[in-house]
Amino acid sequence: MLLLIARRLGLGLLVALTVMTLAFMLTRLSGDLAISIAGPSATQADVEIIRKAYGLDRPLYVQFFSWVGRAMVGDFGQSYFFKDSVSNLIAKRLPITLTLGLVGLSLALIISIPLGILAAVRENTWLDRGVTMFTMVGQAIPSFWLALILMIVLGLNLGILPISGTGTWQHFVMPGIVLAFTAIPALTRLTRSGMIEAMASDYIRTARAKGLSRARIIFKHALRNAAIPVVSIAAVQLGFMLGGSIVIETVFALHGVGYLGWESIAKNDFPVVQAVVLVLAAIYIGLTLLSDILNALLDPRLRTG
Amino acid sequence: MSALLDIEDLEVMFGGRSAAVRGASLQVEKGETHCLVGESGCGKSVTALSIMNLLARGGRRSAKRMSFAGTDLLSLSDREMARLRGNRISMIFQEPMTSLNPAFTIGSQMAEVLTRHKGGSRTAALERAVELMGRVGITAPEMRLGQFPHQLSGGLRQRVMIAMALMCDPELLVADEPTTALDVTVQAQILRLLATLKRELGLAILLITHDLGIVARVADRVSVMYAGEVVERAPTAELFRSPQHPYTRGLLSCVPVPGRVQRDRPLGSIPGVVPAIGPGFAGCAFRSRCSHADASCEREIPRRQAGSAHDYLCRLAPQFSEPQPA
Repeated sequence: MLLLIARRLGLGLLVALTVMTLAFMLTRLSGDLAISIAGPSATQADVEIIRKAYGLDRPLYVQFFSWVGRAMVGDFGQSYFFKDSVSNLIAKRLPITLTLGLVGLSLALIISIPLGILAAVRENTWLDRGVTMFTMVGQAIPSFWLALILMIVLGLNLGILPISGTGTWQHFVMPGIVLAFTAIPALTRLTRSGMIEAMASDYIRTARAKGLSRARIIFKHALRNAAIPVVSIAAVQLGFMLGGSIVIETVFALHGVGYLGWESIAKNDFPVVQAVVLVLAAIYIGLTLLSDILNALLDPRLRTG
Repeated sequence: MSALLDIEDLEVMFGGRSAAVRGASLQVEKGETHCLVGESGCGKSVTALSIMNLLARGGRRSAKRMSFAGTDLLSLSDREMARLRGNRISMIFQEPMTSLNPAFTIGSQMAEVLTRHKGGSRTAALERAVELMGRVGITAPEMRLGQFPHQLSGGLRQRVMIAMALMCDPELLVADEPTTALDVTVQAQILRLLATLKRELGLAILLITHDLGIVARVADRVSVMYAGEVVERAPTAELFRSPQHPYTRGLLSCVPVPGRVQRDRPLGSIPGVVPAIGPGFAGCAFRSRCSHADASCEREIPRRQAGSAHDYLCRLAPQFSEPQPA
């Protein structure tokens, strides 16, 4: 078990390094940073001054290693636009994104797991077909559209929820619902197919031959096995949610990390862009590790790996 | 004399189209080992599953009578039937590798049978599990409690299944080809184990198999199944000595028996395969493969007696031809 965790941690570090390299390269590839920082009305001399001031005149590898070196100790440099250190910016924005992500994932799990189980134990009934239909429609709805519809209905027409900002917990309800909707179809279908497969297995026949109650067969014996792929995908989905919350944060004017990333890309604030990418990647890596550990807890066959 | 398990005219349908079992009758007495034999697809497993009411979705059973120790199994609710399963009737399966839940320890899977049916503490149930694992010949039973199925070999898993089936002291054990997936030495051990358990615990065993060697070794009585019907029932020794139904004779001629098979003479075989039986089929299902068949085989076939506990389903009279070459 410890070996497994150590191995996955090592793998995670390698992924983080790769992401750092890619983030660095991609921001450099997007054009001459000095020119875009200086703005369209700057003279050649201004650009040169900016190039010097930001250290952009140094060779690429020097820039890269100095950035990586400082990033290791949590120093991501200064934002060009916000007049604040990048670490401060992220520290302020991260809780909003994490709250949103957790609300979204919790909602998604609360809805999709029971729905998937229900569809599986009522396989090929109108209920099952209804659930499948719902997941298909859910998959097809773009999140910005759903966000706008919710805003109009719940925010403007009914006036029961605020439509933008982060003041109270109510502010997180609508974005949470929209975010949950991006994961619900996949999680529901996965739960459904996992449960159907488990219910048809030999060990469920054994459980029935043992005279166990239906509830125990479904929730203990079948769900435990069906949960394994669901956990893996849920972790990846949460990663997607945090990264993909850029759209939702923008629509609902939630000033989270996603919104920060969007702003700084628009303004070519590349230290921030790099840091945002790295933070999201780190979250992703953490989640994958978490799901590996959870899976090993759920499935004893993985523990020796 | 009322049998422990008494089935008369069992019919099992899947999806209303094909009949997997067509009027099978079967009696298992207290404390006997009763073998249900027949080739693949003749309805043996379906018969076993329908006793337990564990038929796959879409399977429907009906019977003139289906009683266990005086209880009518057909009138039981799902909940009442669940109370009987694992408790008074246990079942083990052909696939020891996949029949245990991979996600739970052996101890937890064994203990839950006892706590479910008899109540009591988990600790007491685990003690019982250890005792039974020792009894079925599992070494280091305490260690097994914390192990997972994937850490055990196929033979050990089948022993765990057997021990688990015995947790509540059942009166009947339904064993559906319990040794088919195991290699020969393990197979012999499991069969010996079943025979010992039957003797020591007074357990009745309904053993489903296609292997006549197994029948000869362990059975007290035999029911031969063909195409969804029980075509012959007899005490084991009598069945091997004087088989009546042409199908039973065919089956027996396919197995080498020391002292009975002559050198340089080929073993017998039954030509053809089990026919698909559609709805409205009448007469003998074996007639297309039977060398004695004539037009009268298309009519209703009587059940004939060939001894006090020996009957068969064929229009031919007992000893209708030369007995098997001895």
